[in-house]
Amino acid sequence: MKLVKSAVAGTLESNDVFVEIEPAENIDIEIESIVFAQFGDDIRTSVEDVLNEMGVKGAKVALNDHGALDCVIRARLETAVLRASEV
Amino acid sequence: MRRSMLFMPGNNAGMLLNADFLCADSIILDLEDAVSTAEKDAARILVRNAVRTLEYSRSEVIVRINPLDSPFFESDINEIVQVAPSMLMLPKVSCAEDVIIYDEYVSKAEKKCGMEKGSVKFIPLIETALGVENAYKICSAHERVTAVLLGAEDLSADLGCKRTKGGAEIAYSRGRIVCAAKAAKVACYDTPFTDVNDDEGLKVDAQVAKSLGFTGKAAISPRHVAAINEVFSPTMQEIEYAAEVLRTIKKAKEEGLGVVSLRGKMIDAPIVARAQQVIEAAKELGVDIDE
Repeated sequence: MKLVKSAVAGTLESNDVFVEIEPAENIDIEIESIVFAQFGDDIRTSVEDVLNEMGVKGAKVALNDHGALDCVIRARLETAVLRASEV
Repeated sequence: MRRSMLFMPGNNAGMLLNADFLCADSIILDLEDAVSTAEKDAARILVRNAVRTLEYSRSEVIVRINPLDSPFFESDINEIVQVAPSMLMLPKVSCAEDVIIYDEYVSKAEKKCGMEKGSVKFIPLIETALGVENAYKICSAHERVTAVLLGAEDLSADLGCKRTKGGAEIAYSRGRIVCAAKAAKVACYDTPFTDVNDDEGLKVDAQVAKSLGFTGKAAISPRHVAAINEVFSPTMQEIEYAAEVLRTIKKAKEEGLGVVSLRGKMIDAPIVARAQQVIEAAKELGVDIDE
């Protein structure tokens, strides 16, 4: 899936994550999280998984996480990718 | 047993996470009115992931999708059917044909993800004047329909009347829907009480619904769940009387008696049927019964 524009998804509320995504040459992931010390690596793995599953080869992704579960992170990122790939 | 059915906004991650801990018999994850048009896509994906991943062990999961006249319902069905919620709540159902159209889309979605046809059940939301008049046809439109819910807010708007706490404006609709549902042998649930801070009003409203034959009630606030559960649960007095009825009938049969009475009143078939319903409800609630 090719990204054609910037997009956002999610919120800054507790248990949610705010995702910003934009087209880029390579994959660049930036994570800010209240649980980064405990789950930073897991969050990064989930982001990489979703991008890989959706066939995204180039994207700059920024996550502002407020304690979202893995299923929420994946949902918000999927939404952001779909929004960024709309023509 | 569905006494309370709690609406939860589908795009609120925190509420989806906590939904199973609010003591509601059912939670209705809402993709319709509680979600803005701009967030329909996000809510749909979030609810799909939540139902697929989170363990809702205390509450049954129902998902309210968007109506047929919206551009969202087909995507809702395609995303949500695959995670097999207990039921899909179908908004603004006004005739049997609406149910048939939903069935066609859901059948395709079931086939696509290898599910058995008919595994996803329907709970149509009757919230238009036409829907009320077609209530029996809706209830009996398809075997997927296992329950109906009265939606009084939209109905009042359609009727052109003000929604009141007394509920006189929906008295006819309540009666008609209960009768239609019972005739079609599907469950029927009452509309939410919308004043979050009026506990006494809620209790009275729920008691009215119960007295008409509804077996549960929807809620828009977790605050309402406990009161609704209480009203729609049999009381210990009702349970003890029902158990006594069944014991008396059993004894009469053993003694070969044709007609029996209890506390000066003849026990006939409707009383026995009601007693059996009470005992079944009590058993579901885990009440220890002396049979």
